Amino acid sequence: MNDGTAAIASEKLAVGGEARLRIGAWRRFAIAALIVLAAALPFGLSNYQVFELTQVMIYAIAVLGLNILTGYNGQISLGHGGFFAAGGYTAAVLMHRYGVPYWATLPPAALVGFALGLLFGLPALRFEGPYLALVTLAMAVATPQTLKYFSWTGGQQGLNLAKPAPPPGLGIDRDRWLYLFVLVILLVAIRVAANLLNGRTGRAWMAIRDHPIAAAAMGVDTPRYKTLAFGTSTLFTAVAGALAAIVVGFVAPESFSLFLSISFLVGSAVGGIATIGGAIVGGFFIEFVPNFANDISDAAPWAIYGLAMLLFMYAMPRGVVGSLGPLAAWLRGRLRPAVAAGEISAASNNASSPQQTSQGRLE
Amino acid sequence: MSGVPLRTTAASQGGAPAQLLEVADVTMRFGGIVALDGVTFSVAPGRITGLIGPNGAGKTTLFNCLSRLYRPARGDIRLNGRSLADCAPADIAGLGIGRTFQSPTLFDSLSVLDNVKIGAHARGRNGPLTDAFTLPSSRREEREFDLIARVTLDFVELGGAATRPAASLTFAQRKRVELARALATKPALVLLDEPAGGLNHDEVAQLGALIRSIRDKLEITVLLVEHHMGLVMSLSDQVVVLNFGRVIADGTPEEVRGVPAVTEAYLGTRH
Repeated sequence: MNDGTAAIASEKLAVGGEARLRIGAWRRFAIAALIVLAAALPFGLSNYQVFELTQVMIYAIAVLGLNILTGYNGQISLGHGGFFAAGGYTAAVLMHRYGVPYWATLPPAALVGFALGLLFGLPALRFEGPYLALVTLAMAVATPQTLKYFSWTGGQQGLNLAKPAPPPGLGIDRDRWLYLFVLVILLVAIRVAANLLNGRTGRAWMAIRDHPIAAAAMGVDTPRYKTLAFGTSTLFTAVAGALAAIVVGFVAPESFSLFLSISFLVGSAVGGIATIGGAIVGGFFIEFVPNFANDISDAAPWAIYGLAMLLFMYAMPRGVVGSLGPLAAWLRGRLRPAVAAGEISAASNNASSPQQTSQGRLE
Repeated sequence: MSGVPLRTTAASQGGAPAQLLEVADVTMRFGGIVALDGVTFSVAPGRITGLIGPNGAGKTTLFNCLSRLYRPARGDIRLNGRSLADCAPADIAGLGIGRTFQSPTLFDSLSVLDNVKIGAHARGRNGPLTDAFTLPSSRREEREFDLIARVTLDFVELGGAATRPAASLTFAQRKRVELARALATKPALVLLDEPAGGLNHDEVAQLGALIRSIRDKLEITVLLVEHHMGLVMSLSDQVVVLNFGRVIADGTPEEVRGVPAVTEAYLGTRH
C-alpha cells in the first residue's frame, strides 16, 4: 500500500466511524444485558421450566449448525438428527463405558461430528437441492436402526447415564448448573459461528450459495468450502447432541427419529435460515410448539403443529429473525432520517467527483 | 494520467517475456459443433486487446476456456509462459487472471464491500480456525481486505455504496461492482466480457475512461470482448477478430479495419 491509499482509507474509516462506534456500543450493551438476563433467569423458574429452557438452548445449537449449512452455504440437510445422535452417543458411550467426565465428552463429540460431516460432505458435492435432501434423508432414516444393531450402544434399551453433579461449593442444584453449562456452550457456539461467518471462510460460503461459478472465478475452491461447511455444521449439531445426552441422562435409538431431523429444518426455517438469532427462535419452536399443540388438542396435536408452521411461514416467509431484521433496519432509517439523508448525499458526491477518488492504486 | 509510463514500452525495451497471454491452437467442441477452431493469438503486457466478432463467434467460449470453466479439446493456454492445462477454475484468480461476466454475477445477498472482498479471497490465508477465534492474523488480513475493497470501490467510483446490499444496485452499478471485484483479485490480466452491454451513451464514455485507467494507472493488461465497435476501436491497442470459431484478423484497429474478411463478416453489415 502506498501513502495515498492509506490516507484515503483512513479518511473513509473516519467518516461514519463515530456513528458506527455508537451503534456498536449500544449493541454490546444490549447483548451483555441479554446474557445477564439469561444467566439470572433459571433462579426465578421451576425445575421443569429450567429443564425446558436448557432443551431450547440445545436445540438452538443444533439449528445453528444447520443454518451454517443450509442458510449460509445453500446445502439442504434432512439428516441432522443423525449427526445429533452421533454426538449424543459419543458422549454417552464415553461416560457410560469409560467413565469420562461429562464436560470432557464435548471435544470428542465435536470431532466425531466434524469427521462424519466431512465424510458426508464429499458425496454431497455431487448432489444439489432436492437430490441432496434425499441423500441426507437416508442418514436420518437409517440412524435409529443402526443404533439398535450394535451392543456397545446399548441396543434397543439405550444407555442410562448418571446425571452430572454441580461443582460443590457453588450452592446451586443440578438443573440450574446444567442450564448455565449449556448457556456457556451456546454463547461460545454463537461467537464462533459469527466469527466464521464474518471472516474469509463465511464470505466464501455465502458466495458459493449466491453464485458458485462466480465464486470459483474469484478463486474460491468450491468443493473444499462446501465440504468444510458440512463438517462445521455437523460439528455444532453433534455438540448439541452430546449436551442433550448429558442433560437428559439417557440416550436411546427412538430419541433420534426422522422427525427430529425434520424438526431441526422446521426450527431453522421458522427462525430464519440465514440468521444466527433465528436458531434461538427455532429452539423455542422445537421445544414448545409440540407441547403447546398438545395442550390445545389431545386428539390432533400434529394438525395444530402443522397449522402453527403454516401461520409462521405465511406471516414471516423469511423466518422470524430474517423478517424482523429488515423491519428493524427500516425503523432505524425512519428514526434517523437526517443520518440517512447524509449518507445519500455523500454517495452522490462521490459519484460526481470521479477525479478526486480514483487516485488510489491497487498494491 | 501523464507521468505514468506504459508497460508496453517498458516491456519491449526490457526484454521481459514478450507476451503475457498466449492462446495456442485452442479448439473447443460442443457435441458436433466446433465453437473454437485452432484459435491462436497472444496478448502483450500493458495493453488493451479487443476481441470482437459476430454473435456466436466463440468469444465467451474462449473466455470460459481461459477461466478453465471449459476444458479445450486441443491446444494450450499460457500465462507468463505457464500452461493453464492442469489448473482448476479456482486456481485461475490466484495465477493472475480476473474476469467479469456478460451479465453481472454479483453475490446478491452480500454487501457491495463484501462482494469486492471476495475478489481478494485467493490472496488470503485465513482458514476456519483463524477465523473461528479471530486470531490477530485473521483480523490483520480482514483489515487489509477491507482496505483493498474500499480503494477498489473508489477506483470504480462506487465508494459511497460500500455498505449497500448488492441486490439494490442499478444495472450499470452492478457492472462496476463486478469490475471492482475482478480488480480486487489484483490480476495481471483482466477479462472483461461485454462491459458496455446495456449501458447508455454517457455510461459507455465513463467506462472507456475507466478501462484506460485500468491499463495506465493500475498497470493491468485488459482483454476485452465487446460489441460496441466505437469503444473497442478507440480503446484497443490490438484487435483480434473471431468468426465461426476462427481468428480471421489480428492487428491494430487500423489494420483490422482494412481486412476485407472482417468487413464482410462483421463491419460490412453496419457500414
